[in-house]
Parts: sequence; structure tokens; C-alpha cells
Amino acid sequence: MAVSARTRKSARRQRLEAAINYPIDWLEERSGLVGGLRYFLFRKVPGDSNWFHTLGSATLTAFLVQATTGVILAMYYKPEPKTAYASIQHITNDVTLGWLVRGMHKWGASVFIILLFFHMARVFLFGAYKYPRELNWIVGVLLLVMGMAEGFTGYLLPWDQTSYWATVVGINLNGTVPFLGPYIAQFLRGGAEIGPDTLARFYSIHMLLIPGAIFALIGLHLYLVVRLGVSSPPWSKEAAGADWVEEQVTTNGRSGLTQPAARSSWRRNGGDAE
Amino acid sequence: MEPEHGDRPHSPAPTLYPVGFAAGIACALVGLIVNPTLIAPIGGAIAIVFAFFWVRDATAEYRGVPQPVEPERRGAPAVGAVPGEAAMPEPEPGERFPRNKFLEGATLGVGGVIGGIVTIPVIGMTFGPAFGKQGKHHVDLGSIDDFPVGEWKIVHFFLDPNQGDVTRRTAYIRYNGPLNGAPSFTIISNRCAHLGCPVQPNGPSFPDQTKSIDTGGGQHVTLIKMLPAGGFGCPCHGGQYDQEGNRTAGPPVRSLDRYEYSIRNGHLILGKTFSVAKVKGSGKDAIIYRYRLAGPGQHITGWEQIFYPLQPPQ
Repeated sequence: MAVSARTRKSARRQRLEAAINYPIDWLEERSGLVGGLRYFLFRKVPGDSNWFHTLGSATLTAFLVQATTGVILAMYYKPEPKTAYASIQHITNDVTLGWLVRGMHKWGASVFIILLFFHMARVFLFGAYKYPRELNWIVGVLLLVMGMAEGFTGYLLPWDQTSYWATVVGINLNGTVPFLGPYIAQFLRGGAEIGPDTLARFYSIHMLLIPGAIFALIGLHLYLVVRLGVSSPPWSKEAAGADWVEEQVTTNGRSGLTQPAARSSWRRNGGDAE
Repeated sequence: MEPEHGDRPHSPAPTLYPVGFAAGIACALVGLIVNPTLIAPIGGAIAIVFAFFWVRDATAEYRGVPQPVEPERRGAPAVGAVPGEAAMPEPEPGERFPRNKFLEGATLGVGGVIGGIVTIPVIGMTFGPAFGKQGKHHVDLGSIDDFPVGEWKIVHFFLDPNQGDVTRRTAYIRYNGPLNGAPSFTIISNRCAHLGCPVQPNGPSFPDQTKSIDTGGGQHVTLIKMLPAGGFGCPCHGGQYDQEGNRTAGPPVRSLDRYEYSIRNGHLILGKTFSVAKVKGSGKDAIIYRYRLAGPGQHITGWEQIFYPLQPPQ
């Protein structure tokens, strides 16, 4: 690097940078977290990746909005048949900005599901579900199912006529599943009849069980994205995938991940043939 | 010798144990039809015994020779790899007992046991209340004098008054007059046999002819006169029923459920709910094809009933 006037720093500036860098270096030396974050955020992606590749991040953002607003709503919501509806009214009409946070959660739920499907469509149409990313497609489908389950359990919580009867119908729909259906319905109701336990258990499933599973699955999803790299669009002339995948192909042909058949045309669309 | 893939055929050694196992399974299946208490367990026992021998036979190769355990031979760096980290001492000469194997097994084993013990009550609390014995409800609907012969009433009541509105239910009740000296009632549940929405009377109701009764224990019963001339209809997906609860149109898979009832001290007492395939005739002469209570949308007759062989406790 050439030493120019711009890179030569004044002593004052050096001291300032050192003061800023000190806590970061302190953290990095003891945890490696800074380097890990840089590794995660500043990965190489195909040069012709485009706006469609941002749908996954958009879905993640929508989920984080749901999680954040949900935590705040849980501070004011009372999951009891006698108080649930009144507490929703209280949130909407009395609590400061409650109308906004509840609205974000309510409409954000639809945004989350819609983005899930757009993201899924992108992955499908780009063929990004193919080897070696099949497992990530499966994880994504599980995330979709979890998202739908969040919608189903969350719909009951306002505890008005619409939500009550929609949940009655939804539980009975589950009850018509062959063989296991009656047991699924009984589990969802928490007994033979819809009662106070039903609301409490839907609340617990909605805000503890499924969000926990979604966080874990998102972690797995992102791990696989980082490990395998971002895929190119189908019209790309560049090779797709993380660098090490390419290295493995050339250095270790027997690796399970790198069978020769796997180097099929989708990863080198119209590019340099072997 | 480490067998290479493809070195030898993958055919198992000849043995008769699978045949015995199959015979035991066959015996158990036949026994389920012929004599579930005697033949089926015998068949099961035969299958288990042969399965045991079969598994023992098949795994003999792997169990036969105990694997020699490699002692720990981890080379320690002479100096710390990272500044500030102490170098690992050289292993003592003669220390060959595989202590790490023991610790590994102990950690997994003890962890597994603790995890299992903690999980049992969690599983029990998750599924116990939902699938254990369900509470019985005996709802007192008040004196039968409030039910004139041949007149329909919309009846609102609470399955469990202590739990409030969430247990509020509705039944459509008609007094059919005495039958063989005992009062005969038609008590139809308003839960649609399609997906459980509340069916409504196809005809006028008369809220000005409403009677409210407190029958004790917090139970509050409301009787509203109505005239379901067109039977009953569901607002959700359009299921239609006649006055006896038989399906006449739409998606329901069977007739409307009914309540058992009894008369105690001149009061009408609601009992369990049961499912109805169809009703022939009407009023007190009706022949009711009665089945165990099934959820809405679940078939109780026809070939589709094979999809719902078991029902959880109710």
C-alpha cells in the first residue's frame, strides 16, 4: 500500500482510532466474536446475485419484527377467557402506542407469511434447492410450517367471535386427519371441550414453543447458507457456491459432497465445461 | 480384514429365525380376529422370541470379538500454541487406562438418565390433562313443565358454571310428550357435523318469549321459543339439516349430535353427547342410529369410518 498524504495520520487521529478500537480488540481477543461477525456478514456472493436474493433477509427481518412486537404485547396481554378480550381492547385504546405495536404484529404476520412464500418461490425458480442445498430447502419448509402454526395459534388470542369460531373450525379440521386426527384435536383443545386451558395453551405454543423452534431452525438455515454459499441465478455464467466447495471438488474427488455427478450443469450454467 | 464395498455379496447367512418371526406375526394378526385375549398374545410372544434370536444371530459378527480400545496417545505440544496458554504435559508413561472413554460414557449415561427423569413429568403434564379422564357434566335445565309438547326451545346453558362464558353451550330441545309413561325429549346439539360451527334454526325465534332460570350451582339456563320450520342451517359453510338433525344438504358428513337426558325430581338433566348417523321417523317414535361421540367432520358410517378407528377419552 502506497503511503500517501491521506493515509498518514495525525497523532491525534491515531489516538482516537486506538480509543475506538480498544474495546473492539478487547472483545475480539477474548471471544473471536468480531471476526465471526465479519466472516458472517462479509461473505463472498456471486457477482450477479440480485434483488431477489434479498427476500430471505426480508423474511428474517419480518420475523424479528414479530418477535420484538410480540414480546412487548405479552407484557400487556392477559391470556384468560375472562380478561383476554378486555386486555386487547386496553392495548389498542389505552396503552401508549399500543395500537401501533399491535398493528405491526397483526399485519406483520401477513407480511411474514407472504415474504416466506416469495422467498420460497425465488429458491424454487432459481433451482437453488438442488444439490448440495436440499437440506436447507427442507429446513425452509419446516420454517414455513412453523410460520403457519404461528398464524393459527395467534389467531385465537384476540378472543373475539371471529377468532373463537375460526379456531373451532381449525381444530376440527385437524380432527378430520385420518387416524391421528381426533388425538391432534384433543391435544390442541387440551381436553374434550374447548375451555380456559385452550386459550392458555395456544398462547404458550404461540409465544414460547414455536418461536423457540423458529429461532433454532433459522440458525440452522443461516448456518447452511454460510457453509454452502449463495447460489447464482440460473442464467449466471459464474460458478456458484462457497470457495471451499470448489476446492473440495478438485482436491478430494471422493468426498460425499463432491461426487462428479454433482458438478452438473446447474452449477456452471453455460460456463466452463470440465 | 476390513471388507471393501463390493468385495462380497450382501446375502445374510441362512437362518430360519425370520420364518419363525413371520409365523409369530401371522399368528398374532389372526389372533386379533379370532381370539384377542389368548391367541394374539401367544403369537406376539412367538414373534418376540424369534426376533430376539434373529437379532442375536444377525449381530453375532459384530458382538463376537470385543474391540480393542486404543489407549490415549494424544501428543502434547511442547509449548503453548497460543501465547498465555499453558503447554499440555506429556502423558505419564504407563498410563494406558482409557479414562477418557470412561468419562465420555459416564457423561452421556448420567446425562441421559437425568434427561429422562426430567422429561417424564413434562410429557405427563403435556398430554395427561388432554387425554386423561374428562370431567362429566350433568346440567340441570329446570322443570320439564317449561317445555310444552311439540314446541322447540333454544336452550343456553353452561357446561361448567365456574368457568364462565367459555363453557356456554346451546341445545335445541323439543318435548315430544310421554312415551311408555316417561317423558320423551329431542335434544339436538348445535355443533355442526361439518366443522363445529353453531347451527341456527331456519325459522323465527321469539326473544320476547324468553325464560331465564337459575337451577343452582351458578347454572343459568335461558329458554327461547323458536320455530325451526326449515330445520337447521350452518352459517359457516352452508350445511343444512331437517328438524330431526338429518343432513339434507351441504358438507356435513352425518346428522347433528344429540344429548342424553334423564328426568330427576321433575327436572330435565342433560347427560353425555353422542353422535348420530341418521334418524328415521320423527318425534318420540324416531329411530336413532346412535354412535359414540366423534368430532365434527369425522365419519361414523360408510367406508370412510376406517379413517377414524379410535377416539380419545371424552
